[in-house]
Amino acid sequence: MKAKVYVKLKPGVLDPQGKAIHHSVELLGFAGISDVRQGKYFEIALDDTIDEEAARDSVSRMAREVLSNPIIEDYRVEIEA
Amino acid sequence: MKFGVIVFPGSNCDHDAYHVISKHVGQPVDFIWHRETNLDGYDAVIIPGGFSYGDYLRAGALARFSPVMTSLKTFAESGRFVLGICNGFQILCEAGFLPGALIRNRDLHFICDHVFVRCENSDTPFTNELSQGTVLRLPIAHAEGNYVCDDLTLQALRGENRVVFRYCDEQGKITAEANPNGSRDNIAGICNRERNVLGLMPHPERACEDLLGSSDGRDIFRSLAATLAGVA
Repeated sequence: MKAKVYVKLKPGVLDPQGKAIHHSVELLGFAGISDVRQGKYFEIALDDTIDEEAARDSVSRMAREVLSNPIIEDYRVEIEA
Repeated sequence: MKFGVIVFPGSNCDHDAYHVISKHVGQPVDFIWHRETNLDGYDAVIIPGGFSYGDYLRAGALARFSPVMTSLKTFAESGRFVLGICNGFQILCEAGFLPGALIRNRDLHFICDHVFVRCENSDTPFTNELSQGTVLRLPIAHAEGNYVCDDLTLQALRGENRVVFRYCDEQGKITAEANPNGSRDNIAGICNRERNVLGLMPHPERACEDLLGSSDGRDIFRSLAATLAGVA
């Protein structure tokens, strides 16, 4: 089983890295881009001893307490069998 | 009075802080390895600047889980003094000692420069030797010094007089141009409600000798020493 955690800046929190990437891709000629936001992605491999429910609980806690900073970031957890 | 300087893997201003306490404050000071859990006997602890855990995940995020941090919480709750400088400020925010967070500088660059900050509250254990409104010239060296917090937190910080330092120009005016990193409300340093924990991005420990371009940082350490002399 695998858990995927997506961490992104909350709406409204300035993302200077996203802005720089936005600028760069426009320089490359990509048109029609209105915004770029940069986030983080984690893959967590889980062994078979825990079920999906427990996996979701513990990975969510991990995401909340370590992988994201709730003051500036939101997270989303996906569990893949 | 006894000082401690916590050393994490990646701390790099620990010796500067140690030097200032031993030479300019003239008091006993120890390095405290981050795996230590006994803080008995210390009156004030400095969390120095640097790149604890290589800034992995987020600046200051992993240092929060070092064994010393649990003891530091008890230490702070007992009213003893904690000063977090630069990465130390980031760690104090990540660990919940101080509200808000420090994110990437507005203009993305790592900034290494001297800036001016204004003392907004001289009634703290760290600033009692300063006058309200005093302008200090201090160095900054950070990529993640952009202070953010929500409206309610900012309101509380202002209402409770917990914004201790703000970026300003040479005359002490708080302007957008004088804000090096985009920090909300030009905030350079804040304290907790009890006023015994201070975090700031500028480096007072690197500004204690004229040879280094400024000795304005000494007043912060002199204030803390004066507080401890009164308390002890």
